[in-house]
Amino acid sequence: MKLLTALAALGGCLLALPALAQKTTSQGIDEYRAMLQDGNPAELFEAKGEDLWKQKRGPKNATLEKCDLGKGPGVVKGAFVELPRFFADTQKVQDLESRLLTCMASLQGFNADEIAKTPFGKGEQSNITALATWISAESKDMRFNLPQSHPSEKVFYEVGKRLFFQRAGSHDFSCASCHGEEGKRIRLQDLPLLTKNPGDGVGFAAWPAYRVSNGQMWGMQQRLNDCYRQQRFPYPGFASDATIALGVFLGVNAKGAASVAPAIKR
Amino acid sequence: MQTRRETLKHSAVVAGLLASTGLFPQFAHAAFNKAAFDAKTVQDALKAMGPATLAESKDVTITGPDIAENGAVVPLGANTTLPNVKQLLILVEKNPSVLVAMFNMSDSIDTAVSTRAKMGQSSDVYAVAITADGKAFFAKKEVKVTLGGCGG
Amino acid sequence: MADPMRIRAQASGDKATVRVLMSHEMESGQRKDANGKIIPAWFIQEVTALHNEKIVMTAEWGPAVAKNPFLQFSVKAAKAGDKITLLWKDNRGDTRKDEATVT
Repeated sequence: MKLLTALAALGGCLLALPALAQKTTSQGIDEYRAMLQDGNPAELFEAKGEDLWKQKRGPKNATLEKCDLGKGPGVVKGAFVELPRFFADTQKVQDLESRLLTCMASLQGFNADEIAKTPFGKGEQSNITALATWISAESKDMRFNLPQSHPSEKVFYEVGKRLFFQRAGSHDFSCASCHGEEGKRIRLQDLPLLTKNPGDGVGFAAWPAYRVSNGQMWGMQQRLNDCYRQQRFPYPGFASDATIALGVFLGVNAKGAASVAPAIKR
Repeated sequence: MQTRRETLKHSAVVAGLLASTGLFPQFAHAAFNKAAFDAKTVQDALKAMGPATLAESKDVTITGPDIAENGAVVPLGANTTLPNVKQLLILVEKNPSVLVAMFNMSDSIDTAVSTRAKMGQSSDVYAVAITADGKAFFAKKEVKVTLGGCGG
Repeated sequence: MADPMRIRAQASGDKATVRVLMSHEMESGQRKDANGKIIPAWFIQEVTALHNEKIVMTAEWGPAVAKNPFLQFSVKAAKAGDKITLLWKDNRGDTRKDEATVT
């Protein structure tokens, strides 16, 4: 017992010595999550996304290799950690998925409105998710550094902040209801505080992610969609200004955090 | 260029017939042991596989988490240091069908496999090694399954 | 034809650790759709692994293997440059074959 006390005092954390100390549920869950890191099914979507980038598709029979994700046409590495940002050609602040929509329309001739109306996981939406998965993987472990130099980028940050705290809907929820205070959780899910940098690989830095509970690959747009559903709000629409503004707020707050996307989640 | 079928016909390790599909060799038992996969208890699954005895053994290990956040994906591994092992099995006692997977060993691989299973509820999970002389040895552990909360 | 598998084969000493991710629904046959009808079981039933054209492992799977299955095993007497081949067949008769080189 003396040895155990001394060891515990050293680290200040529970040492999970089998048969001597009870492992906490939280540690058990951490171990479970660690076991899933190797062999993340997101890799299947990454491979698909990379193929889609290089494949001639759409009415114009063109690839996406000239798509500008913010760092110049065709530059994929590092692009993910600087999105959302302002784009001169569309004169809009755009996130990754809305930018993919722009490129699929302008380079490949797809109908952007139709794709925006397509449910997640179907048709071209699943292709956008695969592309987003691959593009995020190309920036894995890089640190978020969203630009805030253009006036629109600053405006979108402020709009995102207002939306984050806006309480509405039948339950009077806001994003802040779950993500506005330190140390909150729903059952076994820790809810990161998103008004500041929540740390490497957390929150904004963890999507796109493969969700084991339904075996689906989710991009940030679908993640925000589901948050709105849980708040009993109608979804603001795929690649809408509202969702992009929230992305700017979350992404700028996460400045310096390392991206782990594509991650694996419950 | 060789077709897949031709490539496999030239694979000579396993003496035995190619199954009717033309793709898979047959080991000691017929292709796809339906009875084993329909079994509702660990004992019945083993009976369908052949072995008459089932004994716990320190030389068999089942690896897995103590608690799985979601029963949809539970990493489980079976491994053994016993000699002359023909098959490794992974079973989940409380699943509607107990047998999750069955692996046929050869001299060319380690007697250790890992995969991920679906678990309907907290349950004991088993790793079973079946040796060439028809005996079965197991290890088991409890895996708790919980559904985490929404989101995340 | 089904989506490709991801196969990684890493040499370490005289063995190669093979890790595979397969793209498959692995529908258990236990779930019901919105109308209360059982969604039919659809799952990988047979798996074969080859090392340089030689069969080194076969497996039979039931519907309890998780969606987008992961498989890991170790091949003896393997070195960088060797070929690892994985094949699967599901209960509908669909098949998939992919190869990787040991690195």
